[in-house]
Amino acid sequence: MLDKKPIYQFQIGDRIEITSVEIRDDVMRRRLLDLGFVPGATIEIVQKSPLGDPIAFKVFNTTIALRKEESSFIYAKKVHKEVV
Amino acid sequence: MFHTIALAGNPNTGKSTLFNLLTGLKQHTGNWPGKTVLRAEGELKTEKHVYKVIDLPGTYSLYSNSADEEVARDYIIFEKPDITLVVVDATSLERNLNIALQVLEMTDRAVLCVNLIDEARKRGIHIDKEALSKQLGIPVVLISAREKIGIIQLLKTIDRMIEGKLITKGYKIKYSPQIEKKIKELESEIKQIFGDIFPARWIALRILDGDKKLLESLKAYIQNQQFSSEKHPSAQGGCCHGV
Repeated sequence: MLDKKPIYQFQIGDRIEITSVEIRDDVMRRRLLDLGFVPGATIEIVQKSPLGDPIAFKVFNTTIALRKEESSFIYAKKVHKEVV
Repeated sequence: MFHTIALAGNPNTGKSTLFNLLTGLKQHTGNWPGKTVLRAEGELKTEKHVYKVIDLPGTYSLYSNSADEEVARDYIIFEKPDITLVVVDATSLERNLNIALQVLEMTDRAVLCVNLIDEARKRGIHIDKEALSKQLGIPVVLISAREKIGIIQLLKTIDRMIEGKLITKGYKIKYSPQIEKKIKELESEIKQIFGDIFPARWIALRILDGDKKLLESLKAYIQNQQFSSEKHPSAQGGCCHGV
């Protein structure tokens, strides 16, 4: 759990594994879980806006952009070896 | 007699393509009562039966997050379609199966339609339908609504299910002992109120999740039922809701 941090802090191209979703707003949390931001899921940082917010993530083949308001409460760790 | 089939699934899974294919030009569109959500229904005739097919709004889940989700959920719970076809995208099964599991918590009478199978094959995705069917406890049909693949198989499955020749036992997620204990407690109380007309386990889960909108829907349903049974005892439309 050493390198666990909010997902907006990773770099473009990073593949990360979600460790926890700690969003307070129930409806928003539910929605993000439905979209695939679930603990254990591997996602990828696709793009960042010029000012770094929002950030686009690739989740199960779909690109979803999140603002910092949400992405700062989703934690992940980097996946080092990618097996394809 | 009409049997009803509801189509449920994520947005962009080809649900409406399948709906159009099944019903052809025999369609009615309008809005769901009180909601700005499109309601489309049509008629499907197979060799042996006639069905009313309802295209539910495409949603990622069936909780009360939006009007769409409420419509889809309320339909499955309150209107109880004879069969719910869960349409999923073969190229992103992982996310799509979320809604399949949610439907299975509500009803056993479901069929999983893995759509866009042509696209998946092109990408080298192989889907083991036997394994999937075994794990989920419901029939799985691989189809492509666009290329009209697997449709005959799907119709046969629907017919066999309506005729009672296919026994399904939908997979139910087991939660932690703590939650399971609470579910048990609530379940017996729910059964006292509703008997077997609603899936008690599912309602218990929604209550544990703090779903107030569902409670409202249930309240409205009870009042409505009493109202209608007082007003016109077993009047028209009395095909379902056998108490």
